[in-house]
Amino acid sequence: MNDDTDSQAIPAPEGAADIIATDYEIGQDNITTSIGPFGLDIHNPVFAISGLSIVAFTFLTLAFQDSVGPIFNDLRSWLTGSLDWFFLASANIFVLVCLALIVTPLGSVRLGGKEATPDYSYFGWFAMLFAAGMGIGLMFFGVLEPVYHMAISEPLGVPAPFDESGNLIPENVDAAVAMGMAATIFHWGLHPWAIYAVVALALALFSFNKGLPLTMRSIFYPIFGEKVWGWVGHVIDILAVFATLFGLATSLGFGAQQANAGLDFVFGIPNSVNMQVFLIIGITAVALVSVLRGLDGGVKVLSEINMAIAALLLLFVVFAGPTGAIIGGFFTNLGEYAREVVPLSMPFGRDDDGFRQGWTSFYWAWWISWSPFVGMFIARVSRGRSVREFVVCVLLIPSAVSVFWMTAFGGTAIEQVLTNPESAVRTYVIDSYVPELSLFGMLSELPMASVTSVIGIVLVIVFFVTSSDSGSLVIDTITAGGKVDAPVPQRVFWCTFEGLVAIALLLGGGLGALQAMAVSTGFPFTVVLLLACWAIVKGLASEPR
Amino acid sequence: MYNRIMVPVDLAHANRLEKALITAADLSKHYKIPVVYVGVTTATPSSLAHNPKEYAEKLAEFGRDQATRHGHQAETKAYTSHDPSIDLDDTLLKAVHETRSDLVVMASHIPNVTDWIWPSNGGTLATHSDASVLVVR
Repeated sequence: MNDDTDSQAIPAPEGAADIIATDYEIGQDNITTSIGPFGLDIHNPVFAISGLSIVAFTFLTLAFQDSVGPIFNDLRSWLTGSLDWFFLASANIFVLVCLALIVTPLGSVRLGGKEATPDYSYFGWFAMLFAAGMGIGLMFFGVLEPVYHMAISEPLGVPAPFDESGNLIPENVDAAVAMGMAATIFHWGLHPWAIYAVVALALALFSFNKGLPLTMRSIFYPIFGEKVWGWVGHVIDILAVFATLFGLATSLGFGAQQANAGLDFVFGIPNSVNMQVFLIIGITAVALVSVLRGLDGGVKVLSEINMAIAALLLLFVVFAGPTGAIIGGFFTNLGEYAREVVPLSMPFGRDDDGFRQGWTSFYWAWWISWSPFVGMFIARVSRGRSVREFVVCVLLIPSAVSVFWMTAFGGTAIEQVLTNPESAVRTYVIDSYVPELSLFGMLSELPMASVTSVIGIVLVIVFFVTSSDSGSLVIDTITAGGKVDAPVPQRVFWCTFEGLVAIALLLGGGLGALQAMAVSTGFPFTVVLLLACWAIVKGLASEPR
Repeated sequence: MYNRIMVPVDLAHANRLEKALITAADLSKHYKIPVVYVGVTTATPSSLAHNPKEYAEKLAEFGRDQATRHGHQAETKAYTSHDPSIDLDDTLLKAVHETRSDLVVMASHIPNVTDWIWPSNGGTLATHSDASVLVVR
């Protein structure tokens, strides 16, 4: 008998880890069956309840959208308006917890056991976490936000550089530009990534080190104990599926609208619902191919393609735009961000309600509602990293990239707005609000606009394919009770389902209402995340270092 | 005639493999060559093990059990896959190569319509490796 497990197979011994002793066996509540020729391996209540309620919700939203829409919108306004202090304070806690993990000895714990080695190279890993985390948002908001915050939203009461008739007030310009960039970076920097890092770290820790299934409920084991395998856990997992599927479906709908707006702008392809349905079908079809190619052959490859195209577009804007100002601006904006991050994150004693409630609080709720999806995906690809390495890479590097991206796109756009009263960006952001065209407006004033706009559209679409694909993986894992090797038809089902829900909502209206609902799930998940912080510290403290 | 027999095993459904396991053990004794039992696991916890190391230990125990039961020479080798629902074929192909096996004995599933979309593992192995493949019904 020769037990031959060399380094080419199992990635080195896992070393000591503090496995939680539970009687629960992964998959014990699963139903393994087949429908016709398709095998299924699904978690008993979670799969059925999520699937059926999503169908029911979609039908109800379509049937009663006139009455349901305002309810969801009111709920969102109430949450982001009345509980803004809660979202802001919680996000600050997440950042502090992450920073503390970097500097304390807890940071030396390794995900997957003391001697685990990373599953992915830095580039592949980083590409995946970035594409899942915010790729698409940077496309949509990279131009919109810096210009909007500079000119309209007046964060911390810094006055706008335009008077009521739209004329420039020169003495306001510098402060408004600096604040516009700082406020944008604030929304795309440490805070959102700290939210993702907390969820991802908690999931990775309780799965790879503690041996619990890779689902949201496992984070709650220290709190609920064995009860977490019962209805408490079912509800947590179902909520996570809801947030992920509705988040994805609504984004898919909005993404199709943005891509269509771009196609209209560049090629004059008319903006119509039929075209958008066609785009959703196309995106879903490509996502299906990617789903069938798996994690390494699909999502990872797509993420790397995304990164390469995004880097090209970024370099183009840097060189075609005001190069010197962008490079210098990176450091200036980093400084502005550092100076303003504390005042901007203050939950109390501020007068900028429009900015704080309409933007910051909404963003925090949005990032948090997306965190089960992004966090779970990041967790799955992060085995083998030490906690310190993980937090540095998930928190600091993406934040730095966001700063550079916003500086390049926002900085170029702001320059266009300030130097040219007729600029396209000014038309789409300040004079009339057409956010989906802001990026194309900025590109249209740089050379080779037709080429770069097409690249922009392609990038929007590929980012969506990546989201749809990784989202299907995540939902499938949750609804299979934490199994990552459930039969492939299940993933195909979820991927197709996302597309269908998006089409139904697009045709019947109600995308906005459901996005409001998805964001509303941010509130319960904020509580989840706060508990997760405690669970992380407790879990890490018992790990061998 | 052969150097080594590879038997892919799904430890979660080991009872379904009985016929293939006996066939492999008989062939092993006939040709006086070792059998290497190959298992594929995930980095995330599964119903079988909390981590890949624990899985490898269970697989080794399975190999020892087979050796005692059938009296042949048995080895084991565990592989981790990021996404075994998709990468199983590739991992098994790699295993054939790395274990230098030239005969694969594996249990088959009941053929169905989905084989048109997702080819059977045995079929893929036979197509893409140099080893002989015996699929046991």
